[in-house]
Amino acid sequence: MKNISKRYVGVQALDAVDFEVHKGEIHCLVGENGSGKSTLIKIISGVVRPDDGSRIEIDGERFHDWHAIDAIHKGIEVIYQDLSLFPNLTVAENIALSQTIAQGHKFINWGEMRRIARKAMGRIGADLPLDELVEDIPLADQQLVAICRALTHNVRLVIMDEPTTALTRKEVEALFAVVKDLQSKGIATMFVSHKLDEVFQIAERVTILRDGEKVGTFASQELDDEKLTMLMTGKKLAYTRYTVEEQENILLEARDLSKSGNFKEISFRLHAGEILGITGLLGSGRTELALSLFGLNPAESGEVLIQGQPVKIGSVQDAVKLGIGYVPENRLVQGLIMQQSVGKNIVVTILQKLLNGLGMIDADKMEDSVARWIEELSIKVPSADSPVQTLSGGNQQRVVLAKWIATEPKILILDGPTVGIDVAAKSAIHDIIRGLAGQGMGIIVISDEIPEVFHNCNRIIVMHKGKFIAEFDTAQTTEDAIQDCINRAG
Amino acid sequence: MKRLLASYETFVFLVIVLLCIIITWVNPNFLTLENLFDLLKSYSFVGILAIGVLFVLISGGIDISFTAVATVAMYVMAVIIVRYGGNMLTAFLIASVIGIILGMVNAVIIYFFNIHSIITTIATLNIYYGLLTVFSGGKWIYALPTWFREFTEIRVFTLTNANGIEYGLSIITVIWFALLALAWLILRYTMIGRGIYAMGGNPTSARRVGFDVLRLQLFVYSFMGWMAGIAGVILALLVQTVAPNSIVGKELDVLAAVILGGASLTGGVGSLWGTMLGVALIAIMGNGLTMMRVPAFWYNVFIGLTIVISVSANAYRHKRKKKRAIAVEIE
Amino acid sequence: MNRKFSHTTILALVMIGILLLMWALNGSQFLRLGNFQSMAFQLPELGILSLAMMVTMLTAGINLSIIASANLTGIVTALILTRFVTPETTGAASFAIVILAVGAGLLTSAAIGLLNGFLIANVEVSPILATLGTMTLLNGVAIVMTKGYVISGFPEAIRFIGNGQILGIPVPMIVFIACAALMALLLTRTRMGVSVYMLGSNPTACHFSGINNASVLLKTYLVSGLYSGIAAIIMMSRFNSAKADYGESYLLMTVLASVLGGTSAAGGFGKVSGLVIALVILQIISSGLNLLRVSNFLTIAIWGGILILVMVINYVSEQYQKRRTA
Repeated sequence: MKNISKRYVGVQALDAVDFEVHKGEIHCLVGENGSGKSTLIKIISGVVRPDDGSRIEIDGERFHDWHAIDAIHKGIEVIYQDLSLFPNLTVAENIALSQTIAQGHKFINWGEMRRIARKAMGRIGADLPLDELVEDIPLADQQLVAICRALTHNVRLVIMDEPTTALTRKEVEALFAVVKDLQSKGIATMFVSHKLDEVFQIAERVTILRDGEKVGTFASQELDDEKLTMLMTGKKLAYTRYTVEEQENILLEARDLSKSGNFKEISFRLHAGEILGITGLLGSGRTELALSLFGLNPAESGEVLIQGQPVKIGSVQDAVKLGIGYVPENRLVQGLIMQQSVGKNIVVTILQKLLNGLGMIDADKMEDSVARWIEELSIKVPSADSPVQTLSGGNQQRVVLAKWIATEPKILILDGPTVGIDVAAKSAIHDIIRGLAGQGMGIIVISDEIPEVFHNCNRIIVMHKGKFIAEFDTAQTTEDAIQDCINRAG
Repeated sequence: MKRLLASYETFVFLVIVLLCIIITWVNPNFLTLENLFDLLKSYSFVGILAIGVLFVLISGGIDISFTAVATVAMYVMAVIIVRYGGNMLTAFLIASVIGIILGMVNAVIIYFFNIHSIITTIATLNIYYGLLTVFSGGKWIYALPTWFREFTEIRVFTLTNANGIEYGLSIITVIWFALLALAWLILRYTMIGRGIYAMGGNPTSARRVGFDVLRLQLFVYSFMGWMAGIAGVILALLVQTVAPNSIVGKELDVLAAVILGGASLTGGVGSLWGTMLGVALIAIMGNGLTMMRVPAFWYNVFIGLTIVISVSANAYRHKRKKKRAIAVEIE
Repeated sequence: MNRKFSHTTILALVMIGILLLMWALNGSQFLRLGNFQSMAFQLPELGILSLAMMVTMLTAGINLSIIASANLTGIVTALILTRFVTPETTGAASFAIVILAVGAGLLTSAAIGLLNGFLIANVEVSPILATLGTMTLLNGVAIVMTKGYVISGFPEAIRFIGNGQILGIPVPMIVFIACAALMALLLTRTRMGVSVYMLGSNPTACHFSGINNASVLLKTYLVSGLYSGIAAIIMMSRFNSAKADYGESYLLMTVLASVLGGTSAAGGFGKVSGLVIALVILQIISSGLNLLRVSNFLTIAIWGGILILVMVINYVSEQYQKRRTA
């Protein structure tokens, strides 16, 4: 029985968490953002030191000084979310380098590197082109490269941090097969994930962290979706469904939009007051479609009509003028300018509205605007000048919402609006969205999470490989029906 | 990407061939062995510096202080051999040691204080150059020892041209080629070499995978310093005078050659072959202008145009590549 | 980046400190009006060039071609002046030609700015490479136009710009103050200005927020070019000559002034007020060293040392901040 047990007292990040992994087990670590998951991983991998009073044991042997090199020697390997590969080096090099370094070689023997790489690939039955540069191979293959690299050492525990975020369903299945294969070879895997259905699919035991404390470790059979969510968040959520009376005003109509390599023959209508959900697997073209309506990825053929008038959306400026806003899926890079203040982030979309008679920005108008939106969206921030990066995920998203609502859009597209936000904040954001629809806006919500679209949209469209394949009226269907539709297509 | 880079280098190669054809058509004296050997000798200075700059660029940094380093190394070496005598070996040794030390200073500042390499090396350029000029009083050194002069004349093999003048492959060129070979071995066959590429490709990963980033930085900038030191001696050999202000100002020529050869400013990309092509391009343009009797002051215009066109073409190609990336496989 | 004392306040304190230091080293001759006046004549050209550098650094870029732009502008203006103004030209005509020449010069610098802007904003070349290329190109054009010679001998009217005084204040200083004020206004009170800061921190988010990145960058480098041109007019007027390679050491100093003044090389942060105080500090040091008869080259070395010192202090204070909030 191989054990890693830890008990430590971390000031903010972790509080007296006991954690253990057994030999050859598949163990999942779940928790919301800020629950302490990444701190725990960093401690296990020796990158961060735990506080005094902590205890680290491997195979029953106690360690007082635990560094990254110790972790590697004991067979613990971490695959970070960014994979930590070298895009400008070949597959063979990426796989073999870390072992070559560990062995203290000064010179490179290319034949030896290839041998090491082939051996590692053989262990999981992967067949990757050794001489391709890593930046030229698809993401799923890159992940395999990262795993192979971990396998070149005598690894006994592989820690994977959110490995499935950018993978398609097929690729996720392939990854799980590899993990099971590792298990058969006595290698334990620790999975960190927030995708609950995957957790149930692959994990034997699940450890739940919340606010730096361990809520518990359970066998995965003991848990279900609801129970897990409750343990993760400590709250029982009551979802109410969103319904809309009549479909009046057609705000947006798309006819046969197509763009090669992106989407094909997309047609739909969006009414005022509606919340339309678009769901489907990753890689089905949802974001690409959204970006085309937003002017960043214009369609090659087809028509878009806004309030009955045909329009051309060739740029973001066009979209904004037409009253379309887009809350992007990558909040940190696309949605916010992290180092700048909350105030500046809010007004960046409405600078032309703040001009005075001379064409200069009116400082008072700007201040008033900022104060107004901070209040209306209940953004918790000590001052409008605080940098956005100091805010919590939920509050950051409110800033993004604020900046778009400030443009007084008619149509708002939200792509993954509650990703990485803890559950309580999630429902607050949903409330805001419903409020906006109530005011007559047309809303499109793109999301991976079926419960989210099911409870907040009155209509759901399923997208698959660039096409719309099904449409549901949420009042007359079930979550499972939608999930089935997606599974059958995939 | 390898293919793409290969095609970029092939493109540069074709441009060189084209230029050669044009120049030879105007002045047949261009494509003679004599001219070639001459070019190889006089451009070894730029060529050796380019090797050092390439290493720095691949590692993800940039260094524009190398001209000052070369100057200091060259000057101190000259003062010592004039005052105390010596031989070629000691000359190269002194210059190398000085170059390596000055290069290490750069590495230390960049690593320990986390200051971006362009700002650091702008500063050290001025510090080294300023101090040297002050301590040297701006004096030129003319009376170099005889053995110093004689070294320049050494040839690996000698031929005679129509007018009875001898020419051949200079030992200076051989030194350059030897350094090229050494650099190639380092980049391709040592852990340090791969480490430089790794660091340039993804510095955080390099650390995580176990590379000693401090050691790599020290190596890269010291190596640059070493190259600068040797290049300083070479320049002294070529012109047989040592002046404090002859090298500084030429940073961009060398940088241009390396960039034209395909090295990326962001790091992780670059090859010796490409760099040598870049140096060849610069050399041929310079020599070509002379051969075609174009007045010397057009030189900068041509180099400038070449840089602008080449970086634009590169950037444009990058833009197209991004746009064409396929997002979704449609059924 | 919330500092207890703002960067500007610290700078102001440093400035007073340096002033006292120079006074101590130099004695009373430092505090004479004449000394301050000569500082007031020298500072503006570096100041306007630094403004030209700062605005590009705010967008996380850099403009290596400002000196070359200035030189070429000076040469264009000088050529027109020397070609059309002879000792026989009347005062009025001479004045008109001066206006024409200055106009042509500024047009040149604007065109250069647009070229840089086009390469960086539309072709998407990295700023270091683009301005490196234009710098070399412009240098070459300047050499071709002058064949390496100095152009000198300008009419009275233009020499007033560099050497005259209005109400005891040197004309260059008036121009500099106007330029600084204009830049401050541009950066804080116009759409473009606010966009510049946002772009410097995160161009992707700006793109997603409806900002026309290309347009902002184009305008940035246009402004940078224009300011180089204005500096050029002042320089040529003061030196009464124009040459292809004047002011090469100025490049380091503009970077130094910007960094000292609080502009981050990574973009997104920096104020004109900080830059102005930094310039004053540098000018005081420069004058002080001059009066101490320190050689020009030693001064250059000292600038390099100060640049590193400033960056080290920045680094240390950042580490200190991190440790306090950890």
